[in-house]
Amino acid sequence: MQTALTEPLVKATGPQPSRNATRRSARRSGRSSNHPLIFLAPAFAVITVFFVVPTAMNFVYPFTDWSAFKPGIRSAGFSNFHDILADGSLVSSLRITLIYAALVALFQNLFGLGLAVLLERDTRVNRFARALFFLPVLMSALAVGYVFQAMLKPEGAVNGVIGSLIGRHVTVPWLGSTTWTIVIIALVHSWKWMGLAMLVYLAGLKSIPEDLQEAARIDGAGRWKAFRLIRLPLLAPAVTFNVATALLGTMNGFDVVQATTGGGPARSSEVLNIFIFRTFGQGLYAQSTAMSLVLFLAILVLAVPLVLTLRRREQIL
Amino acid sequence: MTAVSGTRAVADKSSRRAGPRSRGSRDLPRRLQPLGALLLVAVVIGLPLWMVIATAAKTKGEALNPSFSAPTSWHLLANLRQAFTQGEVLRGLFGSILVVVPTVVAVLVLGAAASWVLARRGGRATAVMYGFAISGILLPPAVITVVLLLRQLGIAGSPIGMVAVYTGMYLSTVIFFMVGFIRTLPLELEEAARVDGASPFTVFTRIILPLLRPVIATATILVCLYTWNDVFYAFFVLGGSNTSTLPLNLFKVASSGIYLNNWNLIFAYVILMTLPLLIVFILAQRRIIAGITSGAIK
Repeated sequence: MQTALTEPLVKATGPQPSRNATRRSARRSGRSSNHPLIFLAPAFAVITVFFVVPTAMNFVYPFTDWSAFKPGIRSAGFSNFHDILADGSLVSSLRITLIYAALVALFQNLFGLGLAVLLERDTRVNRFARALFFLPVLMSALAVGYVFQAMLKPEGAVNGVIGSLIGRHVTVPWLGSTTWTIVIIALVHSWKWMGLAMLVYLAGLKSIPEDLQEAARIDGAGRWKAFRLIRLPLLAPAVTFNVATALLGTMNGFDVVQATTGGGPARSSEVLNIFIFRTFGQGLYAQSTAMSLVLFLAILVLAVPLVLTLRRREQIL
Repeated sequence: MTAVSGTRAVADKSSRRAGPRSRGSRDLPRRLQPLGALLLVAVVIGLPLWMVIATAAKTKGEALNPSFSAPTSWHLLANLRQAFTQGEVLRGLFGSILVVVPTVVAVLVLGAAASWVLARRGGRATAVMYGFAISGILLPPAVITVVLLLRQLGIAGSPIGMVAVYTGMYLSTVIFFMVGFIRTLPLELEEAARVDGASPFTVFTRIILPLLRPVIATATILVCLYTWNDVFYAFFVLGGSNTSTLPLNLFKVASSGIYLNNWNLIFAYVILMTLPLLIVFILAQRRIIAGITSGAIK
């Protein structure tokens, strides 16, 4: 099983020529009846019915008055969008979501890369540390949120430690600030996922040939310089993957925010999915779908240029 | 391959600027690294973990304000037992398994069949179909209207409905990983079987499926990780029904008035809920790490 770790990495470093060769020989052997389309049918049926159709419906229901309080569903034009624009929840939720996603993408990648560099060598201590940093990834995000809610309460564990250090009773409301709480939640979210980012960066570091590093050392480059100028650019595919998944995944986030603050204080951490959850609970279904459409479009608008730029940068480097 | 030549130029440039370093400055961080790593683990992971275990072992009164202090007397087993019965762990566990296992089987079988054809057929139409199939990796599912659709189909609040939603969501991830993997497999293996008169179905089940083992492991792990811990979609699809899952139970326990600030029971529940995945991880650690990273750095 020693090869298990290196096997996919070898594949990852040199897929280009073999993939082209496969495609060429596929064309040569030609006959598409060898790979009948019927094999696609079940998967495409499920994706269409349970993913595409609801998404299409999500472009219709925001323009209705669907709610728990009326028997029928009638067209309502843009009134739902008008409502969530007028009461400011569209702009504020969208803004909070974007800030939250950007902060998580930043923290998660900084922590993940830092851990990968720190724990890169294959020693017993490092393997142990990696396993423990991966533990939060296995935990439910909801559970992680509750753990940190308990630690960050005014009478919680963190204030207890600070208090005993400075010898005074401390009751900082870590989750009670309308400005900084979103940053704290982003840190908690990053704590949960940094182990995964670390693994991806570790794999990326392993795929960089040793001799590049050695050549730089012989040429007299210091530790930091060799890292910044040689290894960091070669980590581009890992950065692409980590930034894209962190940013877009967090746009769709819910659990950590719900478990730590539930959107508070004063709705200052109410990301889009919390709004959707709250209005759904209040029976305002059409408003939920309107915000759900906003979320879909926001991610679509972000995803296309993000993937394209990161891919292009990868090719330039 | 511009990457390599690009860095070489950078390396040349840097060598002119930086002078040679002494060995000593390089060895000191190396010797301090294990200590630093352990210290970091202790603070960043150890402290929260200790608080969970210590609080789960305290009495209700002592756990009211969670702290890092040790419990005056240990009630861990009693609290675990109480969380187990009051949090309906067995029912949640049953529901979780009822949802996660069929989801994994469905995404693997449907995903493998589709990925084989998508990876092997050429042309623009296939590229478009592939793009369609993997679009769900980045795009979020429409969570409200999917519930409406499930109601119209009569499977809202049922494990079948939940499995259908998860399968629709995670097929794209599985197809992405599997297509990448199948493209690296030599076509000659299939051709040899075909020359011997094997039908496409036989080629798929006898040649392709056995070769997919590593990527099947990866997909299983990822889908388990997401579905086992999911509470958002479970809340919309299963909320208020007879079926419950472990995270959904935790959500109910923690947000219901009686348990508010009952941190000892909440954390006892967190321990019980995390154990199954933790055991799987300890047993298959190497496989999991290799699997997760294989698709990421292509």
